Order: sequence, then C-alpha cells, then structure tokens
Amino acid sequence: MLGTCLGKLKLENPLILASGIRGNTAALLIRAAKEGAGAATSKSCSLTPRTGHANPTMAGTEGVFINAIGLSNPGVQEEILEIRRAVKEAKIPIIASIYAKEVEEFAEVARLISEAKPHMLEVDISCPNVHREGAMFSSYKEDAAKVCAAVAEATKIPFSAKLSPDVPNIGQIAHVCVTSGAGCITAINTAGGMYIDARARKAVLSNWFGGISGPAIKPIALKAVHSIRKAVGEEVPIIGTGGVSNGIDAAEMLMAGATAVGIGTAIAARKEDAPFEAIASELKAFMKEEGYTKISQLKLEE
Amino acid sequence: MPIHQVAKITKAEKENELVTTFTFDIGLEGALPGQFLMVWLPGNDEKPYGIAGISPLKISVAARGPFSKKFASLKVGRRVWLRGPYGKGFKLSGKHILLVGGGYGFAPLRFLADEAMKRGIFATAICGARSKGLLMADAKCETILATDDGSAGIKGNVIDAMKSISGQGKFDTIYTCGPERMMAAVAYEAKKAKADCQLLLERYMKCGIGICGHCCMGEKLVCSDGPVFGFEILENPEFCKTFLNKAGKREPL
Repeated sequence: MLGTCLGKLKLENPLILASGIRGNTAALLIRAAKEGAGAATSKSCSLTPRTGHANPTMAGTEGVFINAIGLSNPGVQEEILEIRRAVKEAKIPIIASIYAKEVEEFAEVARLISEAKPHMLEVDISCPNVHREGAMFSSYKEDAAKVCAAVAEATKIPFSAKLSPDVPNIGQIAHVCVTSGAGCITAINTAGGMYIDARARKAVLSNWFGGISGPAIKPIALKAVHSIRKAVGEEVPIIGTGGVSNGIDAAEMLMAGATAVGIGTAIAARKEDAPFEAIASELKAFMKEEGYTKISQLKLEE
Repeated sequence: MPIHQVAKITKAEKENELVTTFTFDIGLEGALPGQFLMVWLPGNDEKPYGIAGISPLKISVAARGPFSKKFASLKVGRRVWLRGPYGKGFKLSGKHILLVGGGYGFAPLRFLADEAMKRGIFATAICGARSKGLLMADAKCETILATDDGSAGIKGNVIDAMKSISGQGKFDTIYTCGPERMMAAVAYEAKKAKADCQLLLERYMKCGIGICGHCCMGEKLVCSDGPVFGFEILENPEFCKTFLNKAGKREPL
C-alpha cells in the first residue's frame, strides 16, 4: 500500500530520513531503517573535513527550529566508509548527500562517493547557512544547471538536486536541474531565517543566519513542491521535504506532488521509538479511511 | 518566546582547583538529576552542562577548555543563557543506592542524593579524584572520599572505595558519573554485586535535542537516548573507545 518509486529505486514506504538529521554515521542510517524509514539520506559530505560553525548551531521552540550547523562533516574519504557500511547493512536505499563550494568540486565529491555505491546521490546546492549572504547554487538557473551537468558527467548513479525555497521561481530551477541530468528533485531545504535574543542583543546562531525547519515551513514546502510538479511534469520523482510531522502532513505533501516524503526535524519531536513507523501507520490509516489503496492515488482534485 | 532562558549568578563558589559551582536566581522545578542544559555565553560558545541543583539552579563548571574557563571566571551578577533541560535523567529505584562519582562528575550525583533523600531512599556516596585539590564537596548523604595519591580519604580509586564498603550490605542501584573507563569499572562491579547500574555519559554536542547526530555512539544519541544509560551501553561499540569530533570524525576517547 505504501510502496513508491524514485525512478527505478523502489521504496517500501515513502518516508525518507532527510539529510542533516542524525545521519552522519552508518550506524545512524541503519537506525533510521530500524525505525521504519523507507530510505535514508546521509549528512552532506564535502571534499575535505569541515568543523562547521561554533555553537549555538541549532535552537528551536515548538514548531519553529533554526540551524546553522555549517555542514560539519569528516570529508568524503571517511564518508565513503560510512556509506559503504550503510549500503551493506541498512536494508533500505541509502541516499548519499554531497556538498561543495565549486562546480568542479561537486563533480569530484560525486565521483568519489560513488565508490561506496549509494543507491542515489543528493546534491545539496541549497545550503542556506554557509555564507552570510546566503548565495547558493540553487539561487540561479545557470549555477544549478552547471552543478547538475557536472555531477551527471561524474557519476552513473542517479541523483536528486536539493533546492531552496528562497527563490521566486523554484519550478524553473527544478526544470533546468532535470534537463541538466538530475533524475529527481528534493524540495525544500530549510528556509533562510534569523533568531535574535533581545536580552543578549545578539543573533542566537553564531552564524547569525540559519535555516528554518519544523512545522512552520510546511506551507512553504507544499507550495514549492506543487510548483515543481507543474514545472517538471508527472514523471520526475520529487522528495517533498519540509515540516512533515505526521501521517496527514505526509498525505498533504504527496498530494502537493511529491513522490516520497522527507522527514527531518519531526523525528526528534516525535517521542516514539520508531518515528517513521508511527508516521507510516498514520498515513496508512488515513489512506484506508479515505479509500486510497496506492500512494500514487494521493492527488489534489483539479 | 525566546529560545534561551536568562539566569543571573547569585553565588560563585570555588569548590576545588578546577571547579566553580554557580548558584543562579532561577529555579528549574521538574528537571531531573542527570539531565543537562545547553549553556550559551553570548558572543562565545554554547555547551552542555549537567545540573547540580534545581531550587535554586546550580551548575558546576570545571575550567578545562576556553569556554569552560570563561564560564568558570564569571562573577556574581553576570548572566548566562540556558536552554533545556534535555535528555533522560537518572531513575531513582531501590531502597539503598550507591552514588559513585569521579572528579567533577560528582556534581550531578550530589543533586541525585538530594532527590533520593527527599523520597526516603537511603543513599551512600563515593567521591573520587586524583588528589585532595580536585575533590568535590561532599553530598548531603554519607560520602566516602578516595584519592589516587591518598591526600584525602582512602588512598586508591573509586573501585577500591566500593570494595571497602562491600561488607556493608547490598545496594539496589549504583549510579555513576565520571571518566568513561571509571564508569565501565563501576558497572562491572555493579554487575558482580547483582545491583542495577545507571551511567551518565558525555559527548561533544551541537543541537542537544536529537537532531544533528554529533553525540552519537553507535546507534545511540547521548543527548536524547541518554545521557543516562543502563548496562546496555557497555556493549556499545563506541563506549570507552571513540567519540565524534566537531567535524563528525571518529577519534579515540
């Protein structure tokens, strides 16, 4: 009932551990599988290690979280070992997320991480918190296309381009990613934002700016996914991510046009031992109540 | 709603060569011994700290790195920014419990001793350190001291102290906090004595709320699955062995 496909990749259920959420080691990706995820995305890795930003790097109140971890990761060479083990032991598709500062570097990281044979790559061209000004490859069609073309050339493994909501034309950007070789779109990354502590007279995050996640961004994500679906047509898979906390949220995301659903911040907020399983059973219950038998039937009425 | 709660220092007591224990102008009712707070010094960093008392709030700070040195040097009247409490705390169980702390790891156990006594649970404590100058102050319950150099209390480590009182009856639960290898030894002693054991662990943390994954040990997250663990943590592949550094690279503990 819950099965879905990202291109040729079969998922037993549409819930995917989003990148950057307890996915920095093989053991944690395996844990996501045990908790009922249909697939798991690793934390983005770069060519060389990155320590990330100083704390505070993440904070939140109910419903609104902000983070600027700063893409801390041990570098692609270490990551190859983690991904290789996860692919071998997790029993679900593993999506390896990659990040780079330059187009050529994206190609290099893609080529290297492919040695670990992940089932798919996710190309993070939308991390909002690395540069103060928030310049991202996914901000402009030309830059997004260049990265996707370079990655497509560097690896035979299918890849998804992860996009930022902080653009006026996310559909057009998704379209050029697809025509430049991306087999899938992941949307959205966190939405740029800032928290200030008035008593401290300081920005809360050491990086000042960060990305907003949690229930607050669901409406932004639904609009983005819907726009992307309109722009890329029916065939291109979309991993709809942003603010999904329960089965009904997941159904909404699928109706917006997603093929699968990324789960991030919610896995910490949900207190069950197996949060993915809990969300999947809520989705299943909703589908039964409303008379759906397949994920692909979850579509908006015209 | 601001994310951080502001707390003003009302008392700063130097407990030993390394540790300053602060009292704050707020209470933190409901927080459990073993839980932690993320402490932010605006303009500096934010780090996890165990709770040493809740009414009023107390935090013991060992001046080790740049952040904790800065924190430990704060004077009465200065403010710190807190979020939490986070994580799973100690669970009080049994009629007679033993608390075994090494170095500044004794601070959360003193808070646990207070809670135990409130509930009529009989507690005995062992407080160990390398030398007298690094010993923490006693808990409110009977406290046996042990120093490696014999400068105070029993000459020896906390395991020697445990053995010295092994004739005094059975403990239902042994609670421990301190260097990981010490806690491992305490847990093995607990196993031998057929007592339950709860260990309070520490790892490098970023988010503190189970999202970033930096404090992972195998499949466990210290911040949200812990920081208090039972015997099962002895089987964890990273226990006493490795931790993830700021970049998420595994390093020897």
